[in-house]
This record gives sequence, structure tokens and C-alpha cells, in this order.
Amino acid sequence: MTAPILQVRNLRAFIAGQQVVEDVTFDVPATGITAVLGRNGAGKTSTLRGILGLISRKGEVLLDGERIDGLSTHRIVQRGVGYVPEDRDVFAGLTVAENLALAERQREPRRDFVAQLFPDLVARRDQRAGTLSGGQQQMVSVARALLNDNRLLLVDEPTKGLAPKIVTEVSDALAEAARIVPMLLVEQNLDVVRRLADQAIVIADGRVALVGRASEILDDADLTRRLLGVSAEEHV
Amino acid sequence: MRTTRFSRLLPFVVGAVVVVVLALLPMLNLSLPGILPGPTYTPGSLALMSLCMVFAALALSYNLLLGTAGMLSFGHALYFGAGAYGLGIVLEAAELPLVPGVFAALLGGIVIAVVTGAVAMRVNGIPFAMVTLAFAQAGSVLVRRNQAITGGEEGLGLNTDGVPDWLVGVVNTRNLYWISLAVVVLVYLIVLWVDRSRLGHLAAAARENDLRVRVLGLHPARAKLMVFVIAGLCASLAGIAYLLLQSGTQPSAVGADLTITVLVMVVLGGVGFRWGAIVGGVLYTILDQRLTVLARADGIQQLPDVLRVPLSEPLFILGVLFILVVMFLPGGIAGTVDAWMRRRRGTRDSGMQEGGALDALEQQIDRQAVAP
Amino acid sequence: MSTLILTLIIGLGLGALYFLVASGLSLIYGLMHVLNFAHGAFLTLSAFVGWAVAQAVGVTGWGGFLLSILVGAVVGAIFAALTELLLIRPLYERHIEQVLVTVGLSFAAVALFEGIWGTDPITIAGPPWLSRTTEVLGASIPNKYWVLIIAAGLVLAGLVLFLKKTRYGMIIRAGVENRAMVTALGIDVRRSFTLVFAIGGAAAGIGGVLAMHALTYVSAHMGSTLLIFAFIVTVVGGLGSLTGAAIASVLVAVMQQVANTYLGGTGDFIVVILLAVVLLVRPAGLMGKRA
Repeated sequence: MTAPILQVRNLRAFIAGQQVVEDVTFDVPATGITAVLGRNGAGKTSTLRGILGLISRKGEVLLDGERIDGLSTHRIVQRGVGYVPEDRDVFAGLTVAENLALAERQREPRRDFVAQLFPDLVARRDQRAGTLSGGQQQMVSVARALLNDNRLLLVDEPTKGLAPKIVTEVSDALAEAARIVPMLLVEQNLDVVRRLADQAIVIADGRVALVGRASEILDDADLTRRLLGVSAEEHV
Repeated sequence: MRTTRFSRLLPFVVGAVVVVVLALLPMLNLSLPGILPGPTYTPGSLALMSLCMVFAALALSYNLLLGTAGMLSFGHALYFGAGAYGLGIVLEAAELPLVPGVFAALLGGIVIAVVTGAVAMRVNGIPFAMVTLAFAQAGSVLVRRNQAITGGEEGLGLNTDGVPDWLVGVVNTRNLYWISLAVVVLVYLIVLWVDRSRLGHLAAAARENDLRVRVLGLHPARAKLMVFVIAGLCASLAGIAYLLLQSGTQPSAVGADLTITVLVMVVLGGVGFRWGAIVGGVLYTILDQRLTVLARADGIQQLPDVLRVPLSEPLFILGVLFILVVMFLPGGIAGTVDAWMRRRRGTRDSGMQEGGALDALEQQIDRQAVAP
Repeated sequence: MSTLILTLIIGLGLGALYFLVASGLSLIYGLMHVLNFAHGAFLTLSAFVGWAVAQAVGVTGWGGFLLSILVGAVVGAIFAALTELLLIRPLYERHIEQVLVTVGLSFAAVALFEGIWGTDPITIAGPPWLSRTTEVLGASIPNKYWVLIIAAGLVLAGLVLFLKKTRYGMIIRAGVENRAMVTALGIDVRRSFTLVFAIGGAAAGIGGVLAMHALTYVSAHMGSTLLIFAFIVTVVGGLGSLTGAAIASVLVAVMQQVANTYLGGTGDFIVVILLAVVLLVRPAGLMGKRA
């Protein structure tokens, strides 16, 4: 078994003095998609943001064996961590091309790969990102993370608020991307999780409640209802 | 931590002793060479010390706003000016005797504070600071333009008709000294009362975490406005003393420049510490008034220009001190001393600690719920 | 009619001056959320140094004039960049302290200027053309206003080009929208901070030299008075929006001039009321992002 790409040890995170992640410990395998599940407010997004240093945090985080918990966000990202934030966070005043250009960190970014995955974006390169639909913005957000040779992607609720057809397109793109880079994926849509994820980590009240194979967790209706607050058959 | 009655009464005893000593100074022949122009009974020294106390009172009022309620205002001088100009105009135009004039000026100060405070508090943080800045500027412009009423750029002289004889003239400087002492003691007591009261705890808790206070079912906005108005009232009181002491006032008593000066005083002294505000006010006044005299001393005159020029400018020194404090000693003088003393004592009591005010408020509410 | 033309064009010229000062303030606040009180000091120092340069080269010639503007821009940029590196950067993310430190700098700087150059305004002179007037539709417009308008136009064009065509410009535009996301793309925004301060300082420096010619004097306090107006313009236009600052500059200055001419000199007062009204009705300003 290869070593995990990310090791999180006793991560605690704070927003404006309030503790939002109590104590989280888990590993992210070096291949495939690891889902992060939990109710609203459980601390999933805060965990990702804590790993990236976007919010104040304590504890150990190791990327491929190297500690990154003391680094500032841009340095962590430069080490090869891509981020697809909840709410997409594209720059509305910049064009699609500019949004992507901003994300390019290396001399030979993966433009062809991205163009192949998101042909729609190529057509819209000069369109202001603020005028794109939610789904198109999500494509931009994911594309940004795929342009560089990242070692890990942190993806936060990529299908939130999107129509079913777009959800399929986005999960297709993520599945394709997962072939070359491991992902930590926060997702409320359990169909998407079932389709994409190998492992799953369940967070409840700011702590890790359970770790296991995604399919096993989702198959357990009781568990799902208790920890995720929703029945596995419901579409979110 | 059990406190004995003695240790709780000690600060009051010390305070009372300090006030008595200060009150006796005009009759004593003490000298502080360099700092005071002459022995303590001379009018020059008394005037300087009175000015120190007036600005200490102003600094205390600003500390209530910034330290307790956490509201950064750039327009606080407006209320100081309202007191000074208010009394001056009322004495001049309405020809009222002194005491009614003082009440009229204070009332005017309160009204202005309520109106500007209510309007400014519709926004928070930096926008709030900008609105207060705008109001102070408006006040400054109003004062400068209305020559007929305010004396315009030249300033307003004190119409001594309504003022009792024992407050007029160099001979009576010691009476003005005692008035200034009374003002700073009064302002200190008001500020102390607010800090200790439920109002003060509420404002301080709101400073730390507005949302949590509202979740407790309380109304932080009302408390903050009350604190704002009380701070304005104290500033007006200081302004009145200023008018009497200086026998006049001028437009610089109103604008943003004076507020920034007060901000410098309070930050240097230590935000959130009452005695820090006093130290800041006194330090500023002494430096401002005396440094130019000191700079004429031979030692400084002989320095090369590069050193002499900056050292002759009191505001430059204060500005640099201010920057150093903000960057390296955010607690100011009082904060640094306090932290040092706490380290020596090895104790950690609540007060300026993170969450201290919020916890204190919650305890107060719990106590009230349990014992009706 | 000619009074109206005069009022409007002077308003435009004054607006140009406000824009020169406010453009930097707006970018600095938009990207860094720092209210830079020291901006007035950048302006004042540039004016003093520009004046010294003009005196050395020859005050009545265009060479001296243009050189003083260039030097003013450079001095402003350097002063601003040093301020950012030494005072602002160490206080990263502590916005109130950053504001306070700029207040302290402005306080100390003005006192130092007074110590060096005295408290009285120093009358200055420039190319004679500046003190003459040009006829436009019956109104005699002092030529210095044309210079202001041209300079502001050039600076605006330059800034827009920079923001649209360079990578740093792109970073700054993105950073004004969402600074955290820019860092989440692996970009060190702090370098942009210094750059934005330097650019703002340069624009303020140009504004300072031109203000000196408009007022025909230079003094230690000229920065502070202009700064208040620049603040008002920045807030009205929307903190962080360059176009907003441009529009607001003209709006504020024209209103001020109109009120001064037709409403008995109440221009300053009206402007302050405008600020209060905008802050209360639309705190984000004309073009600012809704908070």
C-alpha cells in the first residue's frame, strides 16, 4: 500500500475565535476519491479550509510526509494542493480565460487536458465569469484546479445547487480527473458519492465519526440516517 | 480568587489620596524642573496642569468609546468642541450666567451626540469611522464659516460677563485648576460607573462578539449608543472646562485633527485602561506644551539638523511613539505595565482577557435569573 | 452662462485632482482593506520635493515643471512602498492596527514637514501659461485646470491599461473581489500589496505636485485637507472601484463647486452631507460590491 498523500492529525480549526473543527484525524489515500460526509454544520468545509490554512488552525497536517500546517495558504497550494471551493468563488469581473490564466502556476499548464474536459469553456473564454451559469462557473472552478500538476485536490460540494444534467457533467469531469490526481471530496449528494468515492470519512460535531468504504457506509440505511441526517435513497 | 475587603477598597483609598494631593498642589511649593515651568503654585504651572487634566478627561471619554465599547470614532472632537463652543456662544449670545450656560452647553452636546451617534451607528467598523469623520469635518466647516456666531477662523473669546469673577483672570488660575480637577474626577467616576455597570459589560461584550450578545436576547446597539452619548457628554464637559481655562476656543477644537490627537493619547496610554487614558492625556499635553521650550536648551540646539529638527517637534515624537506602540506594544503604556505586573503575580484574572467581558455578562445574567 | 461653464470646468479640474489622490486610496482599500491615512503625507512630501527640483532646474520652464511631476511620482511611490514594507506588512491581517499605524505616520510626517519647511505656506511659481486663462464659451478658465484634467486622464488610462493587460493587474482585480481565493490559487498577494501602495503613492505624488500649482502654494498641511476629500470620493465611489472613484471625483467636485458658486460657499458642507447620505443609504458606494 502506498503511503497516504495527506495525513491529518488532531486538526482543530477556528473562525473568529469560535472552534468549528473539534479534533479531526484521518488519512487520504494517494489514489482515488475520498469523500467527506456529514450533516450541515458538521465541520466538513471548515476541515478543508483548515487544511489549506484559510482559517486559523492547530494540529498536524502532512502532505506526502511533509508538514504543511505552519505554512501560509499560497505556499501550501504551491506545494501542489488544488482547491475547488464551495460556492465556486470565480472572479466575476474577470473573463473565463483570465480566471484560468490566474490559476496557472507552471510553465506548461495542462491546457489541452482542461480544454478536452470542458469544451464549453473554450468557446466562452472571453466571457465575463460573472455572467456564466452556475454549472459553467463550477466548470471554471474545477478547471482551475486541474491546470497544474497538483498532488491532491480539495473539492467542496461541487454539485451544490446545480441541475441534474449538470451534476452528471461535473461528476464525469471529476471522475476523469481522479484518474490523475487523488481527491478529498466534500459532497452532500449521495448519488454522486456512491458513483465517485472509494473511501468515505464521516464527520459529526467537528470530529471523525467513522471511516470506511463509501459503498458500505451508504448501504447502511440506519447509519446514513443517523450520521448524515438523510436517507440514502433521497436525492439532495 | 478571594479578595479581602482591604484589597477591594485599596484602589479607592489610593484614588482619594491622589485627588487630595492634587487638590493641595496649588498651595505647595513643589517643583518639577523641565516639566513644569515653575513651582506648583505659579499660574503658569497651574495652567499647564489644568490643561493636562482637561485632556485627561477627554482621553478618558474617548477610552470609554474605543476601549469599552470598541467603537473607533474619528469625530469625537465634535462633542468637545460642542461643549466649548456651546458654552461660549450661549454666554455671548444669550447672555446667560455661567451655570445655566453650562447646562445648556451640555444639553446641546447630548443632543448632537444622540443624533450623530444614531445616524453613524447604522454602519459598523471602518464605515462607522468614516461617518464620524464626516460629521466632525462638517462641524469644523460650520464653525469656520459662521464667523458671526463662532468667530470663524479666529476663534471665539470667552464673554466674561456671565462668568463669576473668581474664575476670570490669571490671579484665579488656581480656581480654574480646581474646576479642571473636579471635571477630570467627575469624568473618571462616570467612566468607572459605566465600566462596572451592566451597560458597560453589555457594550464590552458586544465589542467582543456582537452576535452572541444578540443571541442572549439583549440589544447591543442600544447599549453602544448610550455609551456613545455618555462619552460625548464627558467630552462636552471637558470642552466646557477648556473654554474656561483658555478664555476662548478655536476651530481646531472641533475637527478630525483633535480626534486623532486624542486617539494618539489613548493608544499610547493603553486602550481599555482608564489610568492609561489619563497617562496618555497628560503625556501628550506636557510634551506638546513643554517640548518646544526644552528644545531651545543648548544641548538640543547643538545637535545636527537631522536630529534637532525632529526632536523639536513634539507631534513628531508622539507620532513615532504611537507607531512603535501600535506595532510592538499594542497594550500601550498601561497595557505593558499591566501585563508585566500580571506576569510577576502569576495570576490571570478576567477583564482584558479574550471572552472576559462576555463571560462576565453571562454570569451577571445568570445571577439575576437565579436571585430575582 | 459663463459662470456655469466656469463652475463646471473648475469642478472637472478639481475632480481630476481628487481622482489622482483617491485612485490610490481606492485600490489600497479594495485590495488590502486598509484605510491609508498616510496618503496625504505621500502627497505633501512629493510636492515639497517636486518644488525643490523645479527650483533647481528653473521654475518658469516646462522642463522644470515636467521633471517635478516625474520626481513627485517617484518620491510618492518610494515613500508609499516603504510604508507598506515597514509598517503595514508586519501587521498583516490586523486591519485596525494598520489603519492606526497610517494615522501615526501621517501625524509624525506632518510634524516633521513643519519642522523642516516651517508652518507657513510657501508660495510657488510655475510656467507662466499656468496662471493665464483660456476662453471657453465666454468663461475664462485658468489653464492649470486643463493640466489637471489631462494628467488625471493619463493616469486613469495608465491604470486601466495596467489592470487589464498585466498579470499583476489581473491579480489585483481578482484580489479586490476575493483575496482569499487568490491565495488559494497559490499566489502571494503580499507582493501586490506593495505594488498597489507604490502605484497609489505615485498617483498621489503627481496629484501633490499639481495641487501645489493649483493652490500656488505648498504647505505641510495640504495633504490632510485633500485627503478628507479623497476619502469622501473613495467611499462615495465604492471602495476598491477605480471607475467608481473616477465618477465620484467628478460628481463630488462639481457638486462642491456648484454649491460654492450658487449656494453661498456651502460646498464643503454639502460634500460632507453627501458622504453621510451615501454611507447610510448605500454603504457600498456607487460602484462598490455589496458587502
